[in-house]
Amino acid sequence: MKPFTKEEGLVAPYDKANVDTDEIIPAEYLKRIERTGFGQFLFYAKRFNKDGSPNPDFVLNQPRYQGASILVAGPNFGCGSSREHAPWALEDYGFRAIIAPSFADIFTNNCAQIGLLNVVLPEDRVKQILRDVEAREGYTMAIDLENQTVTDPFGHVDRFDIDPFRKHCYLNGLDAIGITLQHEDAIRKFEVQRSRRMPWLPVFSR
Amino acid sequence: MPKTIIDKIWDDHLVYSASGEPDLLFVDLHLIHEITTAQAFDGLRMNNRTVRHPELTLATVDHNVPTTPGRLVTDPIAKTQIETIGRNVRQFGIHFEDMFSQRQGIVHVIGPELGASQPGMVIVCGDSHTSTHGAVGALAFGIGTTEVEHVLATQTLPQKRPKTLKIEVNGELPLGTTPKDLILGIIRKIGVSGAVGHAIEYCGSTFRSLSMEGRMTVCNMSIEAGGRAGLVAPDDKTFAYLEGREYAPKGADWERALDYWRSLPSDPDAQFDRAVLMDAAEIEPFVTWGTNPGQSVPVTGRVPDPAEFDDEMVRGNAERSLKYQDLKPGTAIEDITLDKVFIGSCTNSRLEDLRLAASVVRGKKKHPHVTALVVPGSMKVKAAAEAEGLDKVFTEAGFEWREAGCSMCLGMNPDVLGPGERCASTSNRNFEGRQGPGGRTHLVSPAMAAAAAIAGHFVDVRTWS
Repeated sequence: MKPFTKEEGLVAPYDKANVDTDEIIPAEYLKRIERTGFGQFLFYAKRFNKDGSPNPDFVLNQPRYQGASILVAGPNFGCGSSREHAPWALEDYGFRAIIAPSFADIFTNNCAQIGLLNVVLPEDRVKQILRDVEAREGYTMAIDLENQTVTDPFGHVDRFDIDPFRKHCYLNGLDAIGITLQHEDAIRKFEVQRSRRMPWLPVFSR
Repeated sequence: MPKTIIDKIWDDHLVYSASGEPDLLFVDLHLIHEITTAQAFDGLRMNNRTVRHPELTLATVDHNVPTTPGRLVTDPIAKTQIETIGRNVRQFGIHFEDMFSQRQGIVHVIGPELGASQPGMVIVCGDSHTSTHGAVGALAFGIGTTEVEHVLATQTLPQKRPKTLKIEVNGELPLGTTPKDLILGIIRKIGVSGAVGHAIEYCGSTFRSLSMEGRMTVCNMSIEAGGRAGLVAPDDKTFAYLEGREYAPKGADWERALDYWRSLPSDPDAQFDRAVLMDAAEIEPFVTWGTNPGQSVPVTGRVPDPAEFDDEMVRGNAERSLKYQDLKPGTAIEDITLDKVFIGSCTNSRLEDLRLAASVVRGKKKHPHVTALVVPGSMKVKAAAEAEGLDKVFTEAGFEWREAGCSMCLGMNPDVLGPGERCASTSNRNFEGRQGPGGRTHLVSPAMAAAAAIAGHFVDVRTWS
C-alpha cells in the first residue's frame, strides 16, 4: 500500500452522522471485478441526478471543494456494509484522509489496508472545523502522522491518537500479508496443534 | 481468571501475540461470495501467493444472482463477476455451491444449515452480516477484500482484541413479537454506534428460549448496532440443531466436540467491558421510520417530530431521514401505505420466518396495490418450505415465490425498488437507496411484513385479524 506520512490539502465537509457505506458507494457499483476506478461512483446517489448529470447542490460538486484531499464528517463514518469499495472510491476520488469523531470498525480496518488515513478528533472540535470550512473558502489542513497532529489554517494544532502498530504500517506502507508471513513458524505450529486438539473441525472437498 | 466466551474463543485461536501488535488469529472457516473476492484472488496471483487452506474455505454466489426461475443473468457485469468466482474457485480448488446447486443460498444461511458453522470457531467472510454465525456460539465477523486476501493467503488475520459487551435480556418475548423485534429493540436502545469496538454476547432467559433461527436473526443485526460480532453461548439447543448436519462432527468426534463446546460459555464471574440489561416486556412489533436501523417506533406509534430531538446531529439526521422517506412528523405508522413487501435476506429467510409469514397470509389475498416477494434464504430452505406447502400459501395469496439469494435486500440484482417506492422489508438495512436508488425501506418482522402485504399498510399483528 501507499505510505502515509504527511498530507496538506483542501478540506471538504460532509456534515452528517452515520454515513453508511451504501451512501459512499451504492451496491449497484460493486459488480466490477477491478480494484481501481471506483471514484466515479463515490456518493453516486447524492452526487448525480437521475439523468446522470452532476447535482450542483451536492457538496463535492461545489467549485470551492474541487481537489479536496481531506474529508471531515460526523460520527460513526463508514457504518454498515463491509465493502472495501467504499475506501477504494474515496481514495480513487482523491481523498487521502478522513477526519471524524468516530469510525465504524470494518471501515477503519479497510482504510488501513490501503493507506487512507482515519483521524479521530473530539466531536465538538469536528463541529468547529465543519463551521470553519463552511465559513472560509480555501480552508486547508496539514496532517502530520509522525507527530500525530492536524494543523488548521489558523495555526491551531490538534493532536490525535492512533494505534502505534497501525501508525507504523501507515508510515511505511507495509503489506499486512507480508508481515503475517514472517510468522510462518507460528502458523505451522498452530496448524499442527489445531488438528490434534480439534479433529472434528469441518473441511470441504473441492 | 474467569473468562468470557469471546475471550475463550479468541485465546484458542491465537497464533501469535506480542505487545504493541495486533493479535494474529487463526480462521477456522472462511466463507466467500462473488462480490468481495475477485480483487482478493487477483492480489494472490499478482504476488505469486496461493490459497493456504482451500479446504477451510466455502464459496457460493448470493448477492448479485437473479432469483427468478431459470436464473438468467442479463447484466453483463454481474455475469462476469459470477464467472470470475467460478474460475477462481476452480483455480484454487475451493468447494463451490454454484447458482444451480441445490445447496446454494445466502452465505449466512447455508453456513449453519450445512453444519459448517460450529461453536467455538472463528469464522470470517467479506460481508458485514457474518455476525449471523455467532448464533451457534462462534466468533464470526465481517472483513474487507484485502482482509479476504489475507485470510486466503495465510488462513490468519491480524486483529485487535475487541472490547466485550454483554447484552442481557430476560423474560418471554410478548405475543406477536419476534426475534427481529428483539434486535430492532436492542438497536433502538443502544443506537447504531452503540456497540462499535465491541463483540457482543447476548445472554439471559430470552435468548435461552429463542430457537436457533431466532438467535441467527438477532446475531445477524449486531453490525447494525456497530458490533462486528455478536454471539450466543452454545447450549443443548445448539447441539440438537447441529447434530446430524452434513459438516457437523460424527461419532467419537461428536462427543469430543461436545466436551469442548460445553466449556465455552462465559465463566460466572467473567468481566465484560460493558453491560446492557433489558426486559423482554419492552419489545413490541417495531417499524423503522427513518434511514438507519435505530430509527424505529412501535407499530402503534407515530413518526417522530425531529424538533423533539435535543442533539443537533440527531435532529439533522432525523430531518434528512424524513425528507428522504417522504414522511410527515406525527403520521401514524399504521397509516403508511406500501408498494412492495420483501420477505427474505440473511436476517429473515429461514424456514421459521417463512412459516411465520405463511401463518399470517394463509387463506388471504395480498392487497392489489402491493407487490409481494418471498425469497428463501437457501435452496434447502426453499425445498423444505415447499415440502410443507408454504409456497402454495404464498402464491395463492398473490405473493411471488423465488429462488434463493440476497434479492431485494441490497439493490444489486434485478430485485430492486423503483424510485419513490415504499417497501416493508424483513431485511436489515433501511439506508437511503439500499433497496434501489430512491427506494424507501421500513424494516419489520416477517409477521409484520406479511400482514402489511395483505392490508396494504402497516397493521399491528397483535390485534389484526
